[in-house]
Amino acid sequence: MSTFTAVQNFSRRDVLKLFGATGGGLALGASGLSWSPMALAQDKEARLNLFIAIGEDNKVYLTCHRSEMGQGIRTGIPQILADELEADWQHVVVVQGLADKRYGSQNTDGSRSIRKHYDAMRQMGAMARTMLEQAAAQMWKVPVAEVSAKDHQVHHLSSGRKLSYGELAIAASTQPMPAKEAVTLKDSKDFKHIGQSHTIVDMQDMIDGKAKYGYDVQMEGMLYASITRPPVLGSDIATLDDSLARKVAGVVDVIRLKVPKGAPAFQALGGVAVIASNSWSAQQGRKALLITWTASANDSHDTTEYLKTLSERVKLPGKLARQQGKETRDWPEQSTINALYTVPYLAHAPMEPPVATASVTETGCEVWASTQTPQSTVQTVAASLGMKEEQVKVNVTLLGGGFGRKSKPDFSVEAALLSQKLQRPVKVSWSREDEIQNGYLHAISAQFYQAKLNDNKMPEAMLQRSAFPSISSTFAEGVDYPSAGELDLGFVDVPLAVESYRCEAVKAEAHTRIGWMRSVCNIQHAFGIGSFVDELANNAGVSCPKMWQALLGKSRKVDFADQGFKYGNYGEELSRHPVDVGRYLNVIDIVEQALNKQPAVKAGQGWGFAVHRSFTSYVAVAILVEVDSSQNLTVLKSIAAIDAGLIVNPDRVESQTEGAVMFGLSLAMMGEISFKEGKVQQSNFHDYPLLRISQCPEIEVTIVRSDAPPAGVGEPGVPPVAPALTNAIFAATGKRIRDLPVNKSLNI
Amino acid sequence: MNDEKLTLSINGKSFALDTDPKMPILWAIRDMLGMTGTKYGCGAGLCGACTVHIDGKPARACLTSVAQAQGKQVTTIEGLAAEELKQAWSDHNVPQCGYCQSGQLMSAAALLAENAAPTDAEIESAMSGNICRCGTYTRIKSAIHSVSKKGVSNKGASS
Repeated sequence: MSTFTAVQNFSRRDVLKLFGATGGGLALGASGLSWSPMALAQDKEARLNLFIAIGEDNKVYLTCHRSEMGQGIRTGIPQILADELEADWQHVVVVQGLADKRYGSQNTDGSRSIRKHYDAMRQMGAMARTMLEQAAAQMWKVPVAEVSAKDHQVHHLSSGRKLSYGELAIAASTQPMPAKEAVTLKDSKDFKHIGQSHTIVDMQDMIDGKAKYGYDVQMEGMLYASITRPPVLGSDIATLDDSLARKVAGVVDVIRLKVPKGAPAFQALGGVAVIASNSWSAQQGRKALLITWTASANDSHDTTEYLKTLSERVKLPGKLARQQGKETRDWPEQSTINALYTVPYLAHAPMEPPVATASVTETGCEVWASTQTPQSTVQTVAASLGMKEEQVKVNVTLLGGGFGRKSKPDFSVEAALLSQKLQRPVKVSWSREDEIQNGYLHAISAQFYQAKLNDNKMPEAMLQRSAFPSISSTFAEGVDYPSAGELDLGFVDVPLAVESYRCEAVKAEAHTRIGWMRSVCNIQHAFGIGSFVDELANNAGVSCPKMWQALLGKSRKVDFADQGFKYGNYGEELSRHPVDVGRYLNVIDIVEQALNKQPAVKAGQGWGFAVHRSFTSYVAVAILVEVDSSQNLTVLKSIAAIDAGLIVNPDRVESQTEGAVMFGLSLAMMGEISFKEGKVQQSNFHDYPLLRISQCPEIEVTIVRSDAPPAGVGEPGVPPVAPALTNAIFAATGKRIRDLPVNKSLNI
Repeated sequence: MNDEKLTLSINGKSFALDTDPKMPILWAIRDMLGMTGTKYGCGAGLCGACTVHIDGKPARACLTSVAQAQGKQVTTIEGLAAEELKQAWSDHNVPQCGYCQSGQLMSAAALLAENAAPTDAEIESAMSGNICRCGTYTRIKSAIHSVSKKGVSNKGASS
């Protein structure tokens, strides 16, 4: 770049013009221009269906209706569409879908974007391909059976004539849309994009610093808000003195946001918003607020005490959640082993904290948000503003990580409420402290596992209990037991072939907003069962994989019939996504074989193992650690095998699995949110640390080749990591860590 | 507020700003100058998402005030001339969500400018201030090695 040194005076307006025009920043007019900077379908496009438009310039505009947060979905969904469409990837332009009910659910969570949409996306691609073929056949006046679409052209086989998709676009868009059942899907051997590791479509923008996240939205006339929210759930503003805040340069207003009563759900938390002409002034103004808070029933919440309470409760009978075989009431001391495991509250900590910009006018509201759930954003914003859902338009930006936090639209509601009051666009940017202290936390938990052993030290009866405040408590007051849906996540759905196997849920009241975080209750449940199986293995003198193989029994599909519960199976039919012991055994075998090839461990080192099924995928993980004489822990290596059924983009499955191992290590090694006097004690990365590059192990991922229906990818890698780590520490040191995080016991 | 005009030199261009000199350049660059490639992650120098170069050295924009940046050359991701390094990032499919990657690239470019062939330990040391919640660390390491093997020194400064 040239050394241009002339001093220029820029007003904010000039700057927006300049960078809006050159792409250095994105200036959005308040006129309702859509958020799709690099991918607005052109005027000359012809729309073939909800997901596919084709331009006369030969470009195909493929809509991704799911949120991109690092999983690669803005590449994966278009890969499926493009494959059936026979589109040339070089001519694909990805358009981000707005919130729109016609897409069906857009909730980008539960590891289901590919799992739930694979078939529909293929049909959409095939329908559009069929319309292109029909249009060409009509132009050539030949039977449609004589033409075929291939590589972005339709060919007439006998005459050798061909027309490009661009040439056919307008004519194709007027063709009758075929029924989805009437179109022919490609044979998987003919796939050109499905199964390929296409580079993510946002790569260039990301490495050039041009990718636009929620935090990067800028609009003319936009104001910046920083909000102090109640530090304890249930407390309200008692007194407010904002006189000093209003004197801070750049501050334009201070606005009280009503603290809602009852279950928090997706509502804005309320509090005091400082509004300014830039982020920093808003933050400075906020520091000058003098607020006192009313008392709350949650003021006494203290995690040390609470965990003691849960730990006592899980030693006593709870509510029956599953009974396989007959209940065992006799637990002789000499042949019974048991263990109690705890996991603390956890915060999501996406690198980009929650953020939303809203522009409310007399006629409606437009939102630009880093959201995993644009439709619930529409609903909640409309309800909060007293508008109809049709009046609310929600644009989805790129997400700087989500992990479940951005499934909750509370931050968009805040922006909308403030914009409504100010009649100007407002951006609400959460700080890291806000994100850590006012989140929807992963639940604190205690689990009790018990086994009665036969003469071969193999379990003939097992009992397990789980206690944690339920996500349902966020949506309804008074919920104080884990819900059935949460127990389905790695607790009642472990298909062990133990004759008598009982699972119970135990009471746990909520004292803060509980939410879902990457892999949700599988985190604590995989830690529980994954640790306990290792304890059983060590007690029996066999390897952990061998104990899993023995407990799982022979290859079979398990339906949990007549066991006292209806298994939710992540919203899937068991016929399509069975609980398949054979697939467990396969990933165990892959990792076991990889382990057999590893060099012998040195003193102070040890391998740990765990396996888990979640989101209908199967993941086995082995971890090698070293603990030195000063109790310093180093994680040296990780081996993972994932069976997620058919794979659309192998590189993104690999990267998600790598990332899941890192996510699992972060939470297991150092993840802990604690409460004293009702308040979160942590505030930023110094006291809520995340794994750093210097702590990151070498990692090896094997993806099982499979034709089974696509299963989940984003989350299933997380659950087995924590137990594999603590099992490795046991192997290295003989020290059994049953209470996470590990940094309570070892130096990391 | 202040009579003397403040000037920020960013990617070789000078910008006059009428602002509190204590404002961190992160917010001046993003909110006032509209360059959003430099990211907020923690506001406390703990995560590296806002890493820029000041006179060629990596610095945290969230901890550097406009006053401290007077007379200094600031380079942001938008001005980073490190095509080979960026290509390595693409070749190794490093980013997941991508949000921290501006800061990762700025730190990596500064490392390579100082040390054309860093060891694993040197990479870990230079990059340990940059958090990636998605967990792209092993690929970051590979991407840096792939460039360093060629013995290329990527000059981070753009001017």
